[in-house]
Amino acid sequence: MSTTSLTSEQDTADPPPSARLADADLPVIARRHPWRWVGVAVVLVLLAMFVHGLATNPGWDWPTFFQFFTTKTIFSALWVTIQLTVYGTVLGFALGAVVATMRLSSSPFLQVVAWGYIWAFRSIPLIVQLLFWFNIAYLYQELSLGIPFGPEFVHFSTNNLFGPLGAAVLGLALHQAAYAAEIIRGGIISVDAGQTEAAAALGIPKLRQFFRIVLPQAMRSILPNGANEVISLFKGTSIVSVMAIPELFYQVQVIYGRNSRVVPLLMVATVWYIVMTTILSVVQFYVERHFARGTARSLPPTPIQRVRSGWGELKARAIR
Amino acid sequence: MSAMVDIKGVHKSFGDLEVLKGVDLEVRAGTVTVILGPSGSGKSTLLRSINHLEKVDRGLIKIDGQLMGYKRRGDKLYELREREILHQRSQVGFVFQNFNLFGHLTALQNVVEAPVAAQRRKRSEVEPLARELLERVGVGDKADVYPRQLSGGQQQRVAIARALALKPKVLLFDEPTSALDPELVGEVLDVIKELARDGSTMVVVTHEVGFAREVADTVVFIDGGVIVESGPPHQVLDNPVHERTRAFISKVL
Ligand SMILES: Nc1ncnc2c1ncn2[C@@H]1O[C@H](COP(=O)(O)OP(=O)(O)OP(=O)(O)O)[C@@H](O)[C@H]1O
Ligand SMILES: [Mg+2]
Repeated sequence: MSTTSLTSEQDTADPPPSARLADADLPVIARRHPWRWVGVAVVLVLLAMFVHGLATNPGWDWPTFFQFFTTKTIFSALWVTIQLTVYGTVLGFALGAVVATMRLSSSPFLQVVAWGYIWAFRSIPLIVQLLFWFNIAYLYQELSLGIPFGPEFVHFSTNNLFGPLGAAVLGLALHQAAYAAEIIRGGIISVDAGQTEAAAALGIPKLRQFFRIVLPQAMRSILPNGANEVISLFKGTSIVSVMAIPELFYQVQVIYGRNSRVVPLLMVATVWYIVMTTILSVVQFYVERHFARGTARSLPPTPIQRVRSGWGELKARAIR
Repeated sequence: MSAMVDIKGVHKSFGDLEVLKGVDLEVRAGTVTVILGPSGSGKSTLLRSINHLEKVDRGLIKIDGQLMGYKRRGDKLYELREREILHQRSQVGFVFQNFNLFGHLTALQNVVEAPVAAQRRKRSEVEPLARELLERVGVGDKADVYPRQLSGGQQQRVAIARALALKPKVLLFDEPTSALDPELVGEVLDVIKELARDGSTMVVVTHEVGFAREVADTVVFIDGGVIVESGPPHQVLDNPVHERTRAFISKVL
């Protein structure tokens, strides 16, 4: 069928516009989105099939899942995982911020040091680094503070300097800092140079130029990447199970080692990872929204506002 | 009258490119100086040198008798520290071609920021003053709006209010209207004219010859990094002595 015939068909099919009504008086029919509804239907069917499978396949062994999901062992393991994430994130991003500022500073010395740090900690596999901190007592029995190659004032035994948890936090934070530094630097250089220039022209002190003018605007691009890092660190903490630290993944392994119910126990860990990641994602959304002030003429609605207005619209349509 | 801005023998190069080749300029207090010149002639560079956003290679710049960026001790000049330079800058207002308003702060917060940060004044005491300034440049009703929600002309007027908030001794404008649509140019120029009437000392780089004729006490024509000609508007604009000035004026008129 050619386009010309299509249009002519439509022309004849449409009733002639009423001569008495002006355009402004005509009722408006909102655009329909039939494909959207088809999409929704397909996704709902697939989802139903998946849930049905989860519920009916005995292999998932839900009784065992619920038996362990909220036990004290799992909760304390979850707490260890959360602690590792929080310390890793806070220390990692704090150190990362310092490294990023060093890389952006005008001092070639600081630039090289920061570059070297990032190079080193991005090169060494995390697991190797963690095992290194775990076994540091084997390499260096004692740490001393003093004058290099000269007299020493304080001695520590590396064994009681930090326990396995401390070693894990140290390793995670040092690793995280290298990545955080690049994310923060990326955010800072994405802010238009005119902003610092205007601040300098106004005589605003250097530190405040950074914290009040540049950083809040850099947060826009730091946040999505930063949230990625936090979430990936949260799940990545499972790597410290190699150090026999009783975090979530390690504990689950211990339990299924005893009762051989591998799948339900992996599901226990998975569901907890999903729950925590969901919470982090929601937090991310609202934090991002906070830093989006002034970037658009008006902010897009939150999902809750969107559901509310969508619901209202459906109701209005049903009444009509 | 004393010179508010005193520029002597200023040279500035970017790599091999010598942009300013010995510029001398005096701006008396309470007067308006308009700088004209072809693109790339060094107008922005000169203006940015005045508040030390650009460090000159040779020559001196004084604001109200105070050396910018250096301290004289005996017969040697010592570079000032960052903090001292920032303090000097807070006495010079700068209005940029592309506004450079802080995008994450409202119009009012943009105006309040510098007095609070650079002059350590109380926010509560600065805010009424800032509202007054916004009123004065005709955007009093936009105090709580973010820059992206403003038209170009309104943004530039907020930027002028922001510069005024420091009560600067001199106001520098670098092509304040060339990022604006023609119908918005007038509203910004009107604000600058108003400031001129109130006796502010201003240096304005612009291509608006009509504005220069009406407002300027002195028109300076700069080309190839040197001041070719300067004097009252009727002289430089209507009876230029130099061939280069004449050629330029006939092109922009
Ligand atoms: N940071 C810089 N590095 C290198 N060259 C520069 C720099 N800033 C300016 N220049 C050069 O210096 C010359 C003068 O620039 P300037 O911006 O002062 O010109 P202008 O007279 O303001 O021109 P316009 O009317 O187009 O704004 C130009 O050739 C420009 O390319
Ligand atoms: Mg310029």
